[in-house]
Amino acid sequence: MNIPYLTSIVIFLPLVGAVLTLLSRSVNTTRWTALVVTTVTFVVSLGLWTGFDPAVSTSDWPQLANVWAGWFGPGVDVKYFVGIDGLNLLLVLLTTLLGPIVVLSSWTYIHKHEKAYYTLLLILQTGVTGVFTSFDVILFYIFFELTLIPMYFIIGIWGGEERVYAAVKFVLFTLVGSLLMLVALLFLGFAAGEAINGGVFTTDWYTLVEFNMPAVQQGWLFLLFALAFSIKVPLFPLHTWLPDAHVQAPTGGSVILAGVLLKMGTYGLVRFCLPFFPDATHEYAMLFAVLAVIGIVYGALVSRAQTDAKKLVAYSSVSHLGFVVLGIFALTAEAMQGAFIQMINHGISTGALFLIVGMLYERRHTRAMADFGGIAKSVPVLSFFMIFTVLASAGLPGLNGFVGEFLILMGSFKSATVGSPWLIAIATTGVILAAVYLLYMVYRTFFGPLEIEANRTMKDLNPREVLLLLPLVILMIWMGFAPAPFLARSEPAVQDLLRKIDAKRAQSAPAAEEPVSMLYDGERFTPAPSVR
Amino acid sequence: METDSLVRLLLLLPLAGAVFNGILPLFIPSLRHRETLIGTVGTAVVAVPFLIAAYLFAGFHGEAHVANFYTWMAAGDFSVSFAYRVDQLSLLMTLVVTGVGALIHLYSVGYMHGDPGFWRFFAYLNLFVFAMLNLVLGDNLLVLFLGWEGVGLCSYLLIGFWYTDLKNSAAGNKAFIMNRVGDFAFLLAMFIFVKEIGSLDFARVIAEGPTMDQSTINWAVLLLFIGATGKSAQIPLFTWLPDAMAGPTPVSALIHAATMVTSGLYMLARLSPVVLAAPAIMNVIAIVGALTAIVAATIAITQNDIKKVLAYSTVSQLGYMFVASGVGAFFVAIFHVMTHAFFKGCLFLGSGSVIHGMHHVEHELHKDGHGHHLDPQDMRTMGGLKKYMPSTQKTFLLATLAISGIPLLSGFFSKDEILFKAFEAGTTGMSAAWFAWVVGLVTAFLTAVYMARAYYLTFEGTPRWPHADKLHPHESPWTITTPLWVLGILSVVGGYVGIPAVIGHGEYNLIHHFLAGGHGPVAERAVEAHVSLGTEWGLIVLGSLVAIVGFWTGRRLYLKDGLASDAALASRFGGAWKLWQGKYFVDELYEKIVVRPVIGGAEKAFAPFDKYVVDGMVNAVGYVTRAISYVLRYLQTGLVQSYAVAIVFGVLLVVGMMLFG
Repeated sequence: MNIPYLTSIVIFLPLVGAVLTLLSRSVNTTRWTALVVTTVTFVVSLGLWTGFDPAVSTSDWPQLANVWAGWFGPGVDVKYFVGIDGLNLLLVLLTTLLGPIVVLSSWTYIHKHEKAYYTLLLILQTGVTGVFTSFDVILFYIFFELTLIPMYFIIGIWGGEERVYAAVKFVLFTLVGSLLMLVALLFLGFAAGEAINGGVFTTDWYTLVEFNMPAVQQGWLFLLFALAFSIKVPLFPLHTWLPDAHVQAPTGGSVILAGVLLKMGTYGLVRFCLPFFPDATHEYAMLFAVLAVIGIVYGALVSRAQTDAKKLVAYSSVSHLGFVVLGIFALTAEAMQGAFIQMINHGISTGALFLIVGMLYERRHTRAMADFGGIAKSVPVLSFFMIFTVLASAGLPGLNGFVGEFLILMGSFKSATVGSPWLIAIATTGVILAAVYLLYMVYRTFFGPLEIEANRTMKDLNPREVLLLLPLVILMIWMGFAPAPFLARSEPAVQDLLRKIDAKRAQSAPAAEEPVSMLYDGERFTPAPSVR
Repeated sequence: METDSLVRLLLLLPLAGAVFNGILPLFIPSLRHRETLIGTVGTAVVAVPFLIAAYLFAGFHGEAHVANFYTWMAAGDFSVSFAYRVDQLSLLMTLVVTGVGALIHLYSVGYMHGDPGFWRFFAYLNLFVFAMLNLVLGDNLLVLFLGWEGVGLCSYLLIGFWYTDLKNSAAGNKAFIMNRVGDFAFLLAMFIFVKEIGSLDFARVIAEGPTMDQSTINWAVLLLFIGATGKSAQIPLFTWLPDAMAGPTPVSALIHAATMVTSGLYMLARLSPVVLAAPAIMNVIAIVGALTAIVAATIAITQNDIKKVLAYSTVSQLGYMFVASGVGAFFVAIFHVMTHAFFKGCLFLGSGSVIHGMHHVEHELHKDGHGHHLDPQDMRTMGGLKKYMPSTQKTFLLATLAISGIPLLSGFFSKDEILFKAFEAGTTGMSAAWFAWVVGLVTAFLTAVYMARAYYLTFEGTPRWPHADKLHPHESPWTITTPLWVLGILSVVGGYVGIPAVIGHGEYNLIHHFLAGGHGPVAERAVEAHVSLGTEWGLIVLGSLVAIVGFWTGRRLYLKDGLASDAALASRFGGAWKLWQGKYFVDELYEKIVVRPVIGGAEKAFAPFDKYVVDGMVNAVGYVTRAISYVLRYLQTGLVQSYAVAIVFGVLLVVGMMLFG
């Protein structure tokens, strides 16, 4: 089946849904509208999976591409340009899958301003999908910023007691990074336009990838881009917005935040930083790998020290995303593939962890582990899902987490850029530490005597809750035992990317002797060069 | 049926059993109490694989068969499949796992009767068998590792099976985390192989592993061995196993004696050609094995909990097996794995039967309101059980004699072979082997003593529980005694597959022929000059004497005097006894040097650091900004949403100006 404009439909269907929810009259219609829209979006997005052919190269043009060049008018090369390749396919599907799950998880959790909540949720989904599918950097940037506003409100209105502090922190952190990125982005667009696009400002990804700038310049731009993405990931030591945002956000917000918003950072690193600035990538790879490994260990240790289950899960993200960043900067196919799988894994497992913690909160209005204990007896089904998810998150072979972690660590071990055995050994201690903090949570929360009355009478999962967890659990097993179809879809794009990086580096090695182009004299930095 | 389909069935049946017994009752609570259904399905899905394994074994012609199902993961140059290898080594292990496994499942039907978690128990046990079969049948290190961590998971779930007691859950956590420390090393070893060889398939690792440069080989083998010390409870990672006794007794028999804890030995045997290429590390293996054997044996003498005695005994016997691997006699290690599965399985199940009986006594005491508390595992309140539990007593005695190395029983053959191989390696220039031999001989004596102690304190003498005149335990039902008898008989005859080489020039050492000796997959250390026949006979006599004298010593001490002998020994050995009783205070040491620093560091250093320093800096920036903005407050509305909107428009404006301005 070939649906025209499929990619755009997947992006904007939730936005259409947002209009519908805004027009809906009752809470029930709002919820159902949101559920139907997100479910339809997910089903439609499966067309991306079937329509995407890994055998067809995307090194010159994405698949299922939609372009509208007339947006900014002539004279500048800024387009509405979306499409699918091996790097974004799975992330888009993760986003659309989490859509209905988040709606279902909010069903009884959200008690006020439901209309606004579901509307924002849908707008957010459009933003995130747009981020992943944009092949124009300006377009990417617009979607990137678009995600900020709904998330701000979701935390700030439906969050916990310190929601405003958390929301403001979240926004400010992200803004600092993204504004600097904007500067870098504009500079890059002009420079590339000048050098290879006949003087026309361009933000077309495929054009920018071909543009090879001198190493020193790359360094600066790389750092500006990488800063924005590292905040989003979040990479140690830029992570402190995350626990606050997570703990304060309502369950649905946390799931989206962990599930897909963080991936905008790691995805951005791969999509932009690496191919745009390969020399700088190589130069800074070790720095990022070291920060990633610190994050792995540090995040795990801080996680173990938490008394609030949600905060524990939040810090575990710092640790898990550390693996992803390590895998990215290893610059080997194995590690990079592992990083992509790990992004999906983290979305599934940590998403599920937040969902279950949210279910506990809904029942007991507390997330302090000390308030629980022994509830495996009173809520066996919930406990089953929790322990299962914990195992996936701890990287048990046969479940999804292992595939990602193994490929990342193995690929990093043989990496030429970050493959110090000692560094990777330290990173590998993450598998011990993950067991330490996750089993501790299970131990404190689910085992032991059932002493508190409220825990004894707690209700087990209802069918709605089982239904929303089930797809995630199935994916954990599927991706654990048969990740090959997923890996096969990202493989060609990853190989292309690594080849591109190598080719550009080979190119720039002799070029360094030639007089550096006039772009480098610094005066070009002033705005508004003549692009006409 | 062709081999591939049989292997598939063999693997999938236990998995299906786990789903049937675990998932269905979870969602359909009325199924949870269908003990007959659950017990039958649970046992059948292990018994049928045993029959399949026996069929494969009968039709085995010496050619390894690889069943390659599908690609597990492929990325870059790396690819690994769900592939399974049917050969001598995996068949033997499969027979032990499914055979002993099926017996223990049957036993559990009786043992777990009435437990509200009956269904869960069988689900975990089935899942364990599935994982264990992956471990022994996998054709590459990654499938082995899948099984390796899988059995660790089931071990965790089963140790903490009675989760309402936090102690049990804590023991489960300890086991899982200590195993993970080993797995960490295992992972690093795999990374080395992938980097150097580009594959984790056994065929390639075995062929190309020994051609890596020497320091790389040493690292790889050392890391694999560290992995093995975790799973197989060796120094320094052995302290989880005694705690693991918190699990139901069938679990102790199956997982913590017969099968899972021997995986480290299996792994070393599987990779024996690579291990042999690292002689320096083999010294380490032999020494660690010998030290573990004697350390655990000395602790075993002082324990009063019958399961703890058996647990330390297991650690000690595993030490023996590592000695065998360390001196390059991997097939002997596997031989001892097998005989140990029989006698230790029998001993644990016997202890379970005893505990079952003592539970009954405790229950009666409780009912009569005598107000006595009775620990059903404490040998100090047992004694004289022979009269009430004849089957349990007889089979326990057979197994006790077998583990003690009394001539012509199974343990005699395998243990003697280990000591002989150590001696032989010593005479051909491996200095660590001498050490292992001497320590092994002393340990053999200690083994006979502590096992005699356990037997006599439990079954002989007069009953020591309160109101013993009125209250007494009953023999267990047939589901419990049948496995006892099967394993008891195997403890007697199981050794005849490995008759020493002095008889018939090794012609009757079937297990050597089967596993090693040029035909099988297990390599062995080349020996230039063989020990003379006379010496070999001498060693056999020496070994027999040590066992007999040891057992006789134990009998003399504990038959009549019972507990009084404990006191006498304690005063005689003084500080040493306290050290043994305190388990060398290793747990306390780890608590002090590892657990407290890490957890305490996380709680007292890292978490506050994150809150006050890392985040503090961020907030400080915030405060400064706010101070500045105080001046500019009239430009601000104070609403972030309006900033955000302003930013979007601002961005568009800037871009527009740049483009069209």
